[in-house]
Amino acid sequence: MYSQGLIGADGATEETEEFLAKFQARIDREEKIEPNDAMPNGYRKTLVRQIGQHAHSEIVGMLPEGNWITRAPSLRRKAALLAKVQDEGGHGLYLYSAAETLGVTREQMTEELLSGKAKYSSIFNYPTPTWADIGTIGWLVDGAAIMNQIPLCRCSYGPYARAMIRVCKEESFHQRQGYEILISLCNGTEEQKQMAQDSINRWWWPSLMMFGPHDAESSHSEQSMKWKIKRFSNDELRQKFIDATVPQAEYLGLTVPDPELKWNPEKNGGKGGYDHGEIDWDEFWRVVKGHGKMNRDRIKDRKKAWDDGAWVREAALAHAEKRAARQTQHAAE
Amino acid sequence: MSAPLFNALLELADDHLILGHRVSEWCGHAPLLEEDLAMPNMALDMIGAARSLYTYAGEIEGEGRDEDQLAYLRYDRDYKNCLLVERPNEDFAHTMLKQLYFAAFMHPYWEAALQSSDETVRGIAGKSVKEVAYHIRHAGEWVVRLGDGTEESAQRMQAAVTELHPYVEELFHMSADAQAAADTGALPDREAMRTQWTNTISNVFDQAKLTMPEVEYPQLGGRTGHHGEEMGHLLSDLQYMQRAYPNMSW
Repeated sequence: MYSQGLIGADGATEETEEFLAKFQARIDREEKIEPNDAMPNGYRKTLVRQIGQHAHSEIVGMLPEGNWITRAPSLRRKAALLAKVQDEGGHGLYLYSAAETLGVTREQMTEELLSGKAKYSSIFNYPTPTWADIGTIGWLVDGAAIMNQIPLCRCSYGPYARAMIRVCKEESFHQRQGYEILISLCNGTEEQKQMAQDSINRWWWPSLMMFGPHDAESSHSEQSMKWKIKRFSNDELRQKFIDATVPQAEYLGLTVPDPELKWNPEKNGGKGGYDHGEIDWDEFWRVVKGHGKMNRDRIKDRKKAWDDGAWVREAALAHAEKRAARQTQHAAE
Repeated sequence: MSAPLFNALLELADDHLILGHRVSEWCGHAPLLEEDLAMPNMALDMIGAARSLYTYAGEIEGEGRDEDQLAYLRYDRDYKNCLLVERPNEDFAHTMLKQLYFAAFMHPYWEAALQSSDETVRGIAGKSVKEVAYHIRHAGEWVVRLGDGTEESAQRMQAAVTELHPYVEELFHMSADAQAAADTGALPDREAMRTQWTNTISNVFDQAKLTMPEVEYPQLGGRTGHHGEEMGHLLSDLQYMQRAYPNMSW
């Protein structure tokens, strides 16, 4: 899953012109920046925020899909869903590790998530009331994530770029398993088809929102593009996603819930593409600001897991200390 | 059709499905991220074993029932799992202890099943024996950490022992079907696992500073479908889609 990169990111730098010019020259030569390299403070802060948001999105993203593990309709689907949700947790772990190379700890990041200071992708603030949502999340949400993440494999920051290579391979598998769930529904009974259509009706627009605000509204995008943290603009990626996804919906026999959606042969420099309706930006900002259907529940669930698990983490530490003390004592004897 | 082997395979399959279900309930809610990865892994192992066992049971039955029909479409009294595996997760101490108790039984069981007269059972045992060795290690290490951790964790761990120990005896209990399957050499004799189980648990408990309670009145009944109240709620979740939308492919 994906973090809605850079909402509220502060890329301000204080370094000298000469330092910044040398750093930019490295970026322009497509050199990878590594953890021990000198980097502008703004670059570091932007990455910490973006990778942190991304990691949190993976972790919070386990909840809406985890909601269906015990109720999956077949053992095959149950096993695939378990493996998928586990993958998302694994992505969270890589990404926290990548962020830690920038001098922030996983605990700090977790505290920021639980206090509401750190953001995660708004898409996870929508509920998964039906089984079809498990298919739709794989197809649309992971599909949008891939569109966002493939360019991140070439991100200028080495640890992030390398983590994204593995993440993208797994996301691609998730996207296909989601689509396969929907193929089963769309080849099924009338109830199953309705379940699939209802699901795309609810997830289409939030999926488009995953690419973030319009380029003109995305205030920190320009600096991130210059630093090659970001390679394509929000609107470019959104258009690519729509163009790739609409034919997939047609194959399923599902209707994309956008009456203004129309093929335009002139678009994309004559290659053709879809014109589409406007996103409800009021809804976008409402959910980003914490007023979506599931915002409070998601944080409450994460907080409960963290608080309920405190005694376990404390015991593990206490036990490790006891063992170390016993070993020291043993060695002294 | 060999009714005793079919029923004995269902006992095993239900144990794995129901414990896998319980472990899967933790996914996304674990005390630390590493456990959010480890628990789905164990759940996948358990559900994977259940799938092989149901599939084989269905073949033996010869009435065309597949893994999903056996896993999802029986009434509560027809599930033959032991009571231990259906117990609620409660806290992390209960969950790890339950996993350890079960794995400490299944490891010698699958080792013995490697010598089964039945080729499919030998195949399932070959895969499962490796997985369950890891479960003993993982759950055993946690039981030690929690038993010999803080005052609170030691209390919680001992409370879990007191709570779950009465369910242990049923692991060794031989139903008539299990006995018939053992007599043909297809499945091991459950009673024969007692010594190894006790050795594994004693070893962990010594390190964890836990005491093994004497159980005067063991809890039995799962093998004959006499389940606790929690089982119905578990099945409501498990069977929801198959019951609400019958006869559909997913």
